[in-house]
Amino acid sequence: MSVLIYAENTGGKFKKSTFEVISYANVIAKEQKTNLVAISIGNVENAELEKLAKYGVDKVLSVTGEQLKLFVNQAYASIIAEGAKASSADTIVLSASFSGKGLAPRIAVKMDAGFVDGAIGLPSFNGSFTVRKGAFSGKAFADVSLTSTNKVISLVPNSYKVVEDTKPAAIETFAPVIKESDFRTMVKEIVRAADKVSLPEAEIVVSGGRGLKGPENWGMIEELAELLGAATACSKPVSDAHWRPHSEHVGQTGIAVSPNLYIAIGISGAIQHLAGVSASKTIVVINKDPEAPFFKAADYGIVGDAFEVIPRLIEAVKEFKSAHA
Amino acid sequence: MKILVCISNVPDTTTKITFSDDLKSFNPAGVQFIINPYDEIALTRALELTESQAGTVTVINIGDASTEPTIRKALAIGATDAVRINATPRDAYFVAGQIAAYAKDKGFDLILTGRESIDYNGSQVASMLGEKLDLPAVCIVKSLMIEGSTATLEREIEGGKEVLTCPLPLVASATEGMAEPRIPNMRGIMSARTKPLTVVEPVDIPQLQQIIKFDKPQSRGQVKLVAADEVNKLVDLLHGEAKAI
Ligand SMILES: Cc1cc2nc3c(=O)[nH]c(=O)nc-3n(C[C@H](O)[C@H](O)[C@H](O)COP(=O)(O)OP(=O)(O)OC[C@H]3O[C@@H](n4cnc5c(N)ncnc54)[C@H](O)[C@@H]3O)c2cc1C
Ligand SMILES: Nc1ncnc2c1ncn2[C@@H]1O[C@H](COP(=O)(O)O)[C@@H](O)[C@H]1O
Repeated sequence: MSVLIYAENTGGKFKKSTFEVISYANVIAKEQKTNLVAISIGNVENAELEKLAKYGVDKVLSVTGEQLKLFVNQAYASIIAEGAKASSADTIVLSASFSGKGLAPRIAVKMDAGFVDGAIGLPSFNGSFTVRKGAFSGKAFADVSLTSTNKVISLVPNSYKVVEDTKPAAIETFAPVIKESDFRTMVKEIVRAADKVSLPEAEIVVSGGRGLKGPENWGMIEELAELLGAATACSKPVSDAHWRPHSEHVGQTGIAVSPNLYIAIGISGAIQHLAGVSASKTIVVINKDPEAPFFKAADYGIVGDAFEVIPRLIEAVKEFKSAHA
Repeated sequence: MKILVCISNVPDTTTKITFSDDLKSFNPAGVQFIINPYDEIALTRALELTESQAGTVTVINIGDASTEPTIRKALAIGATDAVRINATPRDAYFVAGQIAAYAKDKGFDLILTGRESIDYNGSQVASMLGEKLDLPAVCIVKSLMIEGSTATLEREIEGGKEVLTCPLPLVASATEGMAEPRIPNMRGIMSARTKPLTVVEPVDIPQLQQIIKFDKPQSRGQVKLVAADEVNKLVDLLHGEAKAI
């Protein structure tokens, strides 16, 4: 028996969420007294593969190939399921990243596995195998008990801390046979803002709403975000008005985020907005209206005009950074 | 073109969520149910595609008779016909299994779902359907074009998008941007009453998991306010107390 994790990479580099997944799965493997195996797909160099050993992996299966350079949902799912068979894994853990969300259900079906999508905590091990996930768009949690032999878990980015546990991991090449029909989709183009912190994985998010009046005022949002190493986000009306790209829109109909710190500026806190951000650990609200509903869902607040408060906040963060440098 | 759109019947976004006394199930009493917002996007795109290239749009729902108003609404928006699999949806594996069993010999060119249902937030059904029907499944798609027998899709990825092509048939899950949801008009509402709604009995599907308890997030307590001219205090609190920076 073993626990298998999928080590997702972007452009040959493992993502932070991959190390979160390993740290999480390491606890399960220890609890079950089995090995922890990682499978990497795509062209990842050995020096990068070795990083996986830092978090508790016993063995790395590396799958490479021209056809696998870019993500192909069906083919990757087949490879991970083959990897599970080859290492007799009965528990598979992967990130609930955009790609992971497509992969995990396929793997679950292939393995007749019970599946928890978007886990936010470790399983319970007292007899039943129960995992907690969010439900009703941030308004509730559900504890899902997996009763099958095989189990698949996708883990929400940012919901488990990276923990180091260095081991001498063996790196093996793995070359499963994949059907040609697994390659029907063809990637034509990838468009990514290269130097920006990715929103779903960000530890800090600075978010702006309609209270900022127009796209020309986002300079201070970006400056604050850059100082904090944060990603930028926005409310729905802001992306609907094309002040900001749709990929920044958080909430019920946008991206759900769960950073350590969410700073909401000029956002009223409508229930549909809260749906995507209420899982954040700490929430700061800056709004000129003391009655704004967001204050009821916040840990810290400033009642004030964003155009005065944000420049001051930028200065305060600069001071803080130079004092703690 | 023959399109199948999977629609889920979910509590309206603004609903206050409550559970049964044993916390094992959602309490539907007094709740307003709607078509899952993402499914509405998928349905609208399906209608646009069949309007420009001819074809039919069938909607399918797994649910008991109480979901029929939601199905009729989908017909009012413009679907050609509807199918209801007469069962209470246990989980996504069950739902995908029922849809696959229905769709497997019907020759759909395109099967659309929403990116996730806003009640159980699974984002599972599209990919499971793809696996069960041995079709490609492209998830969280914000643009879907079809030319001849090839689809061009844009899916969301961290910090951007990926553009891909895929031959039909395929499964795709819809998100914001694929279409602007339509509101039914009077003619639609009238004609929905007489459009075919077929009820089909479910197939057997093994149960692999179960929700054993629901829970509400703890409230954050009273917000701590910092004066607008003392923002240094906020930074100190975020560092010292919240350990967030
Ligand atoms: C089905 C459905 C789905 C939806 N999904 C989403 C979603 O995913 N995400 C989302 O965000 N919304 C969503 N919405 C919209 C949501 O209901 C709200 O309309 C939206 O979140 C409001 O955005 P806002 O807070 O930026 O704007 P507003 O509600 O207009 O709020 C602006 C706020 O800025 C404050 N303000 C104004 N000037 C200043 C200033 N100078 N300084 C400081 N504060 C100032 C105001 O006091 C106000 O509180 C959805 C709605 C529906 C019906
Ligand atoms: N009971 C259901 N009947 C039909 N389609 C459903 C049902 N539940 C979910 N779906 C479809 O699957 C999508 C994703 O749901 P989920 O995987 O549960 O988040 C939804 O947006 C619907 O398109």
